[in-house]
Amino acid sequence: MRDNILLPTAREILNVKQESGHEWTFRVKTDDTVKPGQFMQLSIPRVGEAPISVSEQGEGWLEFTLRPVGKVTDVIFRKQAGEFLFLRGPYGNGWPIDRLDGKNLVVITGGTGLAPVRSLLNRYNENPDKREDLYLIAGFKDAESVVFKEDLNRWKGNFHTTYTLDYGNFEDFSSGMVTAFVKDIPWSDFGDNYAVVVVGPPPMMKFTGLELLKNGVEEDRIWMSFERKMSCAVGKCGHCRIDEVYVCLDGPVFNYTTAKNLVD
Amino acid sequence: MGYTLSKERAEALFAKLKEKYQIIAPKRFPKQGRYSDTDIIRYDQIQSPDEIEYRRKSTFPMKEALNPIQQSLFFYTEDEYREARKNLKPMLIFGRACDINAQKIQERIYLQNGNFEDAYYRRRHELARFVLMECEESTDTCFCVSMNSNKTEDYAFAVRFHEDGMDIEVKDPEFEAWFADQEPSDYHVRFIESNELSVKPPVIKDRETLIALKNHPMWKEYDKRCISCGSCTIACSTCTCFTTRDIVYTENGEAGERRRVSASCQVAGFDQMAGQKEIRNTAGARTRYKALHKFHDYDARFHEGHMCVGCGRCIDRCPEFISNAAIVNKMSDAIDEIQAEKAGEEALYAR
Repeated sequence: MRDNILLPTAREILNVKQESGHEWTFRVKTDDTVKPGQFMQLSIPRVGEAPISVSEQGEGWLEFTLRPVGKVTDVIFRKQAGEFLFLRGPYGNGWPIDRLDGKNLVVITGGTGLAPVRSLLNRYNENPDKREDLYLIAGFKDAESVVFKEDLNRWKGNFHTTYTLDYGNFEDFSSGMVTAFVKDIPWSDFGDNYAVVVVGPPPMMKFTGLELLKNGVEEDRIWMSFERKMSCAVGKCGHCRIDEVYVCLDGPVFNYTTAKNLVD
Repeated sequence: MGYTLSKERAEALFAKLKEKYQIIAPKRFPKQGRYSDTDIIRYDQIQSPDEIEYRRKSTFPMKEALNPIQQSLFFYTEDEYREARKNLKPMLIFGRACDINAQKIQERIYLQNGNFEDAYYRRRHELARFVLMECEESTDTCFCVSMNSNKTEDYAFAVRFHEDGMDIEVKDPEFEAWFADQEPSDYHVRFIESNELSVKPPVIKDRETLIALKNHPMWKEYDKRCISCGSCTIACSTCTCFTTRDIVYTENGEAGERRRVSASCQVAGFDQMAGQKEIRNTAGARTRYKALHKFHDYDARFHEGHMCVGCGRCIDRCPEFISNAAIVNKMSDAIDEIQAEKAGEEALYAR
């Protein structure tokens, strides 16, 4: 019998950790290997399935960071270590490592948009030889929304970091939208050896894209990760389609030259 | 080779075919239509050739035979998903040329898109053979000729029904044996060569034109006219979209079934993610999304023509009398307008 691509497998939850006022991270036992930026379908019997990006991976485990905003995530939130989550995947293309390695990197995130780039950032944190300078602009709505605090602190030593809040104050964070800090990146020092990664809510990605162009960044050096409703994640159910593109198959990571034209 | 079968002989042949095949054909369900005292015609297993409704176009398309509107995928308990496998018999599915051509589009999505193969579709597909039903005449909503789907080669044998029996043309030599003792005839299946209705699919030559068409005021009309009911997509021969749903058997909710159910991009919520606003939140935007999928996006991805076979069921079923054929032609007119405007602007700049 050939494989049934829709079959989920039970995986044990190893650890549950609160990240912020809204987000929790679930570490799940699995040998699945995932490229940074890919996602998995998470299932709960009797509730349903949802696509969730992998926020970190290690030997024998994967992490998923989520907030309870829908039927599936609400139930996952009630799960504890020792209980099961059901997984299938990984799906999607992930970040184009070969286009990022060896370059000056600028990573701009909005809120939980940090999750799909967290493993990428940790990779460049642990392997500084794989990159030139890395500039991280991470924006959050307010103090309650700040996620991955340990990572944020660890990255401060090795990356040029700008952490900012839209509203209120938190530790030494700046104030303002991420777009306000794009001009502070030393673009002219990079020559043409750079790449930019942007992830966050759709309006944040749109305005960050425009701000980058204003600063002379070339379109084909910008990469963005999309989020869409999905039922199958394998190009059948049709929910994530935009024009001739299936976000599950051709994305979720798109070059800006494609992303700018993806109009629903 | 051609044959003529009397009613009795046809009845006897079907009795034999039934031993090997599940015979699936359009069948009339009296008084089950959506208005009082109306019937529906849909695909179902039949026992006798008398049950086949050949005079009228079926209300719902043939795709149901290969991809049911609701289908069990898995049975689950608290710690396991087990695949739902039906013991299926080989199938003989009766359909018209457009219906058979539509399955090529279903296959493209379910068996090929993204190099992922859907196991549920594959199992039925491998067991299915088509029987072509000759169209005596085209209906006023058919536009198969415009969509190049009025002809097919993919059938085991073809049938022309008449009051006293049926004419048969066997295409697949494997099926000749079933007709060995029947009376030969010179019957050859005829295809529809022209329709009353024709469409001119838009030629969208670049991204700029596509975006201009998306922003064209033509879609506003459907904000008022379309009620986002999804009747057109359920009646569509080529629509493939679905949503998965879990249902619970037991009171404590620990055992149940994961199903997939046909979904419609025309119904509110199709693109809505948890905790976020709907992306296409007007009937006009949803109409545009569907029309462009059928007449641009599908071809842009697969380069093999449009995602429509001109069966016209969407037009028959729309409770608001919206014609998708008219939408296609309006798109072409809008493109002409967009291009004329662009040429005008260019001329202005050139001066």
